[in-house]
Amino acid sequence: MRSGSFLLIAASLGFLFLYAPILSLVVYSFNDSRLVTVWGGFTTKWYGEVFKDTALVNAALVSLRVALIAATLATILGTIAGFVLSRFGRFRGRLLFTGMVTAPLVMPEVITGLSLLLLFVGLEQATGWPAGRSATTIVIAHTTFCLAYVAVVVQSRLAGFDRSLEEAAMDLGARPLKVFFSVTLPIIAPALISGWLLAFTLSLDDAVIASFVSGPGSTTLPVEILSRVRRGVSPVINALATLIIVVVAAGFLIASLMMIRAERQRRRDEQKALTGK
Amino acid sequence: MSLAQKPKVPGAAARAPWTDPDAKPFIRIRNVTKKFGDFVAVNDVSLDIYRSELFCLLGGSGSGKSTLLRMLAGFEQPTSGAIEIEGQDMAGAPPYDRPVNMMFQSYALFPHMTVAENVAYGLKQDGVARAERDERVAEMLRMVKLEPYGKRKPHQLSGGQRQRVALARALAKRPKLLLLDEPLGALDKKLREETQFELVGIQEKLGTTFMVVTHDQEEAMTLATRIGVMNQGQITQVGEPREIYEYPRSRFVANFIGDVNMFEGRILVDGVDHAVIASEEAGAQIRIGYAVPGREGDPIAVAVRPEKITMGRQPPAEAENVLSGVVEDISYLGGVSHYRIKLASGKRVRITQTNRDRHEDPITWEESVFLSWETPSGVALSS
Ligand SMILES: Nc1ncnc2c1ncn2[C@@H]1O[C@H](COP(=O)(O)OP(=O)(O)OP(=O)(O)O)[C@@H](O)[C@H]1O
Ligand SMILES: [Mg+2]
Repeated sequence: MRSGSFLLIAASLGFLFLYAPILSLVVYSFNDSRLVTVWGGFTTKWYGEVFKDTALVNAALVSLRVALIAATLATILGTIAGFVLSRFGRFRGRLLFTGMVTAPLVMPEVITGLSLLLLFVGLEQATGWPAGRSATTIVIAHTTFCLAYVAVVVQSRLAGFDRSLEEAAMDLGARPLKVFFSVTLPIIAPALISGWLLAFTLSLDDAVIASFVSGPGSTTLPVEILSRVRRGVSPVINALATLIIVVVAAGFLIASLMMIRAERQRRRDEQKALTGK
Repeated sequence: MSLAQKPKVPGAAARAPWTDPDAKPFIRIRNVTKKFGDFVAVNDVSLDIYRSELFCLLGGSGSGKSTLLRMLAGFEQPTSGAIEIEGQDMAGAPPYDRPVNMMFQSYALFPHMTVAENVAYGLKQDGVARAERDERVAEMLRMVKLEPYGKRKPHQLSGGQRQRVALARALAKRPKLLLLDEPLGALDKKLREETQFELVGIQEKLGTTFMVVTHDQEEAMTLATRIGVMNQGQITQVGEPREIYEYPRSRFVANFIGDVNMFEGRILVDGVDHAVIASEEAGAQIRIGYAVPGREGDPIAVAVRPEKITMGRQPPAEAENVLSGVVEDISYLGGVSHYRIKLASGKRVRITQTNRDRHEDPITWEESVFLSWETPSGVALSS
């Protein structure tokens, strides 16, 4: 009994610790007062303000565009890298390659951001491209660091992949490229999707690297929020954050429900198969 | 007993191709060796396989059966030696260019495709037109009795059904040679026996050459036209199931296929048409009805199958190949009984007797008995 109530208290404290800040953010987004920390009655006007604030909306659009492109590029390149890591056995320089692909996972973002900035500046001086900092440089920077995550996800999926499936396809007359697109890719697609989602959220989240490589007119949402918060927290930001939370939570919920349904369906199918009809 | 004893090769009723010196082998494996690093997985194997055979590769775990099969399929390249299929050297030919298909031990069905799409996959790679493809797929599914299941995914099937899909998929392209790696390994005993019959039926109907890997000797005896026994990367003996069982050529083969009593001894008399072997283990002299390899004094073993030994309370009339001992253990299985007899030397002999009569007074524990067998029943083994 005592240990039961202890667990209950521990769990409550844990959840409080995790969600109290978010809850207070949500509550204050409905606060009818310019001062963020003083309650002035209920309002939803800040939500209207969010969409009237063109700088904020533009930043959100830049963020989305960058995240979409960077996640897609990172997924393609990361898949290739993950494939090489898991398939080519021991080739010369494998250790170096593995280290280089996964280094961005542990590299401090400040360093990644700074080094990319130096690279872009150097490149511009030498070749004239990229002309200044823009959404393009953010995409390149995000692709670089997201690629590592995708490569790791894909590699671990391929580690549990039954090679005899590929051999069977080859045995039935498919050439290696055909084998990859008709058998390997569809089977590891879920890993690619989660890799893409991971890259997408990482890119959306990032403020540090983006603040190094973004230029005028290409501010991403996190960078914009950060610079505004420096000038003082406004309820508009709270409203925006609440909107983001709702969207993320809804997406998460839908994804979980879909997974649960697919799992149930699979169980039913297997049951049916075993009972014979 | 073999299901496959009647000759299967068209026009060869009188003579199996492997006994005909003029017959052209369909597959020739010549001095094939496969090394993984320093480890020799397949060691200098030479083997001829004829059209429409159902050849079983039998051997213990790690004996190199799968490796040999994978070299035929093209997944591994021999370190040395050559493989020919219909007179064509297969060196360097990738799996997708060989007239060979394989049924995998794990079935390797594509999980994201339906049963029908799985079966159609190979035909699609060959660019077979849609209408013909559908027809062939239907034909294959009919053959393996899975017509109503075409739209299901592999995970919606039972183990036995998956196995049949794998077979249908491997046969859909009408390969000249079908390789089967432990095709029935995952099935339970009853389903396994049923499927063995189906497999032989399909093989006879299509006339495709089958090469089946198994480590189950009963399965090999049931399926095969010929068996190749593998041990440590080498093929130790090739022959028809009966030949392998009745005339094993080494201690390994005699022990591996069926139960056997092995008496170690030395050659005492080496005649032109018989030999006498002195065996301390047996506590008697053993007579063999033919000339044995080796000279007088050389070590040799005599193998006698448990069902070839007769047992009685009285000494038999003939004087040769008679041992005496005490019944140590009996297991009554209904149709047959197994006895374990302890000889004076301490050696245990296994005997199988069919329970033809309902004895009022059966031989029982601790009784002294005499064992004997006919001269042709013993097999002398020098290796
Ligand atoms: N790719 C490989 N690299 C190194 N060694 C290998 C490789 N493939 C097989 N071997 C080794 O070669 C030997 C023969 O393997 P193989 O798979 O042919 O055995 P098998 O007769 O099929 O056995 P089982 O009945 O267990 O399937 C084994 O000792 C195995 O460890
Ligand atoms: Mg094997």
